[in-house]
Amino acid sequence: MTPGAPPAKGGRRLTIAEALREAIAEEMRHDEKVFLIGEDVGVPGGFGGAFGVYLGLADEFGHERIIDTPISEKAIAGAAVGAALMGMRPIPDLQYSDFIFECMDELVNQAAKMRYMSNGKLSVPMVLRCPVGTANRGAQHGQSPESYFVHVPGLKVVCVSDAYHAKGLLKSAVRDDDPVIFFEHKLLYGSKGREQAGGMDLTAYVPEEEYFFPIGKAVVKREGTSVTVVATHMSLYRSLAAAEELAREGIECEVIDPLTLLPLDEETIFASVRKTGRLVIAHEDTLTGGWGGELAARVAEECLFSLEAPIRRVASHDVPLPVAPVMEQTVVPSVARIAAAIRRCCES
Amino acid sequence: MSSGTRATRAELGSEPGTTEVDASHGLELYRRMLLIRRFEERVYLVYLQGEIPGTLHQYQGQEAVAVGVCDVLRRTDWITSTHRPHGHALAKGVDLRAAMAELYGKATGCCGGKGGSMHLGDPSVGMLPAIAIVGGGNTVVTGLGLAFKLRRTDQVAVCFFGEGASNEGAFHEGLNFAAVQHLPIVFACENNLYGASTPFHLTSLVPDVAARAAAYGVRGEIVDGMDVLAVREAAGRAVADARAGAGPILLEFKTYRFAGHSRGDVRGYRSREEEAEWKGRDPIVRIRERLALTLEEGVLDETDAAVEAALNDAIEFARQSPLPRAEDALTDAYATVISREAAR
Repeated sequence: MTPGAPPAKGGRRLTIAEALREAIAEEMRHDEKVFLIGEDVGVPGGFGGAFGVYLGLADEFGHERIIDTPISEKAIAGAAVGAALMGMRPIPDLQYSDFIFECMDELVNQAAKMRYMSNGKLSVPMVLRCPVGTANRGAQHGQSPESYFVHVPGLKVVCVSDAYHAKGLLKSAVRDDDPVIFFEHKLLYGSKGREQAGGMDLTAYVPEEEYFFPIGKAVVKREGTSVTVVATHMSLYRSLAAAEELAREGIECEVIDPLTLLPLDEETIFASVRKTGRLVIAHEDTLTGGWGGELAARVAEECLFSLEAPIRRVASHDVPLPVAPVMEQTVVPSVARIAAAIRRCCES
Repeated sequence: MSSGTRATRAELGSEPGTTEVDASHGLELYRRMLLIRRFEERVYLVYLQGEIPGTLHQYQGQEAVAVGVCDVLRRTDWITSTHRPHGHALAKGVDLRAAMAELYGKATGCCGGKGGSMHLGDPSVGMLPAIAIVGGGNTVVTGLGLAFKLRRTDQVAVCFFGEGASNEGAFHEGLNFAAVQHLPIVFACENNLYGASTPFHLTSLVPDVAARAAAYGVRGEIVDGMDVLAVREAAGRAVADARAGAGPILLEFKTYRFAGHSRGDVRGYRSREEEAEWKGRDPIVRIRERLALTLEEGVLDETDAAVEAALNDAIEFARQSPLPRAEDALTDAYATVISREAAR
């Protein structure tokens, strides 16, 4: 069974939102040290989190473990860091990843460094869930800020794009002893995003039985021999769509979802690049300083003599995000841009 | 807001009780304050001799705050500290040798040489590595309090910070969140009048940080930070209230750092008259004079000698201790090793 692929016969399919909710509920049942903290997460009659991921959790776990907070990102993150230092396993929520800049000190200076500064005596087991990605919400509600955190030693960075891995990775992240920033794309939560995601089925097979998916492991979503494409979130699905299109031209893409950006699964990616000799990287984060540059550098360092063409990156252009759909879709990687980059990579 | 009447009850030799201090207890408070004072003075000298890397932010003058507050804490209570943490560390019980060795960047230091002067701490005595970002502890401390509340322990967390931090957003967010969650936290502001070289009146139209407590619906209190007994008495009530579930309290200790902001500061921004006035209220001199009236002759001198001997021992220990292994720089960023270089 390929994770995330349709089951052989029947089987339960969930959206990412449902899978995340199930992961949180299971971990809260498993360990009383796990709690949720954020704005609008448990208010009766409220939203159940910005994207409804927490709906129903307060009914089961009560308001002591589903903690509603002021609009106070520094306090939310600081409370999570402090509680984690005391051995709790908090899941803080900031609604939109754009708001993460409000609490950079708590994440970068405190969460990421306390273990090191204490010479390994302390650890900060927390998982900060962050919805990313454009959805016609403009410059301050649509960013994909993963790369800022890939640059921070002490943090782990996860990007999930399907329900199977979302659940398995969230459960691993909650049990991990290091702080994990967990990025999810708004358009991939469930059926509402389906149209904007190109009509793709955003549900995935999620077993009823408990399972974990390890941090630091990539998955090959589509096997191919012509070119390796590494992509996350919407860019992953657009890469898969481009791969279908290019298959008709005789280009067989091997599409990899890295899932964890820090630490990166070099083994899986390098093995694929050594096989195909070509690499295209696609992400919705902006180009300059984006994690694709780091991956390109590592491949250049370790696999240069396997490469038959220059590495190509497809990323959001280096501008803030506009709202008007025609402009927004110009900024983010489209199927056409990804396909063009792959063709160019395969021509040389 | 002030607790003048209660503070007088806490004078030496008054009747036994939870907030009263007898002579032997007073001697111990004196010893701890002197240890911090002499630690800072000795450290400065060895720093000038090139024995300590980096920089120093020293605590001379403010000893009564750290010692008075930590005296009413249990070992299982926690504190957060600042870029000026030596006094807090020694007052909370960080081992003297381990603290000194940390300043020297030695393997035997309380943080193995990874923390240094600005990140002194030891979880085994309830002190996080000191947080050297101004206001950094003000939000993190809420998590300590939240963990105690969720676990239904009766632990208390104390957040030490300066008046400068009260102008940070973190002060607002931390105090407000602690208030609405009724967390067992004492926010202990050490108002030493200057943020580096900038006087507080240039950065706040509210002269008393304690007055800001009203904006959060919590109790605020101004305390003489140059009197260890007044500090201890106010902290004792605040900690007892927090422990009993009455929520956070903001204490403002009026104090003064006798040294500069950091090691190269010649203090051109404040007058020598002002310095002399505050030095006239030296908390160590004050309690020593009071103790001299009650204690047998020679006891104080013996205490002074014991402090000096302990410092000699700590400095010698730090000097003789091994350096960390260079490769240890690559460990402890993660609970699980993920660095490419470290994995090879």
